[in-house]
Amino acid sequence: MEPKGWKEIPIAGMILEAGNSVEYRTGSWRAFRPVRGEAECIHCFQCWLFCPDSSILVDAENEKMTGFDLEHCKGCGICAAICPVNEKVIKAAGEDLARDDPRLCIRIVEEGKVEE
Amino acid sequence: MSTFEALTGDNAVAMAMRQINPDVVAAYPITPQTETVEFFAEYVADGLVDTEFVCVESEHSAMSACVGAASAGARVMTATAANGLALMWEIVYIAASNRCPIVMCLVNRALSAPINIHCDHSDVMGMRDAGWIILFSESGQEAYDNMIQAVRIAEHPDVLLPVAVCQDGFITSHGMERVEVFEDADVKAFVGEYKPQWPLLDIENPKTFGPLDFYDYYYEHKRQQVLAMENATRVILDVAAEFNKQFNRSYGLFEAYKLDDAEAAVVVANSTAGTAKVVVDQLRGEGLKVGLLKPRVFRPFPAREMAEALSGVKAVAVMDRSISFGAMDNAGPLYLEIVAALTRHGVQVPVSDYVFGLGGRDIVPREIEGVYRDALKAAETGQVENVVTYLSVRE
Repeated sequence: MEPKGWKEIPIAGMILEAGNSVEYRTGSWRAFRPVRGEAECIHCFQCWLFCPDSSILVDAENEKMTGFDLEHCKGCGICAAICPVNEKVIKAAGEDLARDDPRLCIRIVEEGKVEE
Repeated sequence: MSTFEALTGDNAVAMAMRQINPDVVAAYPITPQTETVEFFAEYVADGLVDTEFVCVESEHSAMSACVGAASAGARVMTATAANGLALMWEIVYIAASNRCPIVMCLVNRALSAPINIHCDHSDVMGMRDAGWIILFSESGQEAYDNMIQAVRIAEHPDVLLPVAVCQDGFITSHGMERVEVFEDADVKAFVGEYKPQWPLLDIENPKTFGPLDFYDYYYEHKRQQVLAMENATRVILDVAAEFNKQFNRSYGLFEAYKLDDAEAAVVVANSTAGTAKVVVDQLRGEGLKVGLLKPRVFRPFPAREMAEALSGVKAVAVMDRSISFGAMDNAGPLYLEIVAALTRHGVQVPVSDYVFGLGGRDIVPREIEGVYRDALKAAETGQVENVVTYLSVRE
């Protein structure tokens, strides 16, 4: 989108339309991204509750967590930190696991090293 | 029918605030503005106004509350002086940048240190780049009149900028004088009802104020502030014309006193201009061609108009009640603006600067007469002897 000139925009940086932050693709800031093991996920919605960017996609009708909104996810890793399955896996392993360990339910993987 | 009352400058301003009846006043008392807040608090307690009066814990909070209330869509006023204004600093810029039409009574007082409660203009001169409209007042009457006009100027849709109405600490703020007080109904009619364009309290149309604004749009918003300042000159004159029609007192961007055929002119703002007029009359009595230019609107600075008014004189002496430390010749800010204005508009006359009255140091007619005699000499020789004189400082 071409940036607008000073005569075309509201004064003082006012944002006169509500809810338009969705148009700001903050996903482009991301250096790491969350990757979910579908089989391990227990659909507890803890990640949906804690995600600061409302970037957890859910199927509300069937009460399923379905993935991540990568256009807005900034890759902060809160979803992985809060995931109770991850916690169990770490406890069982008895050691600190790397954030991208394949045994985790939600892994945090460096952008560019993601197997699409 | 208006009445005539014996009022201090502080009381006159509080009286204007009572008649304007703003939605919100958030202020913290500081000498020599304290009386304004005290009088206004009395009006609130006596039920004479509908104002939500916010007693805050500091000036930073006062200005913050003003910005919040103005964003909500309220008509907002405050009052401060010197160190209080300094403590507001961060929010002073935000008020202008967020385009909040707040009206501030600013009683000019010297900034610390050393601590001093008396008059000079170091407080207001610090805010000259903050984006506020700045009006000077020679007397309590002018402060009263300016407060009433300031509301209309600030809230004009082509402006939407905060306005500071200055008067001299103690000299004006605590000096009792005869002030014409208009009828409440006439002031009410003149300021009218404030209709904010984008009130935050319009919950049917939610909006965001003061968001993060980076290199992609911040600059554009600053450019909009320039337009608002450009528009302000016209609006100030329009409001003054309407004020004159309604209340029969004439205001412009500045007052030219006996300037028409003057050879030497003094430029001085606020209360000292009154003393200077006495000196002009006295020297005119001796047949000397002297005049006075008394700035009223300091921001936006009426450079072209002032240069035009001074284009006939042969020498100009500026009197500054503050110093711009480290600026050209360590002169005062008013001098720097006048020199720039005259140069920019091709008026080539000797201009000298007289710093005076810092920290409330008295200025008497004899000293102003000396300034005029120096200027008359410069008019004759075409030369300025001293670019900057620190008037009446002890060697």
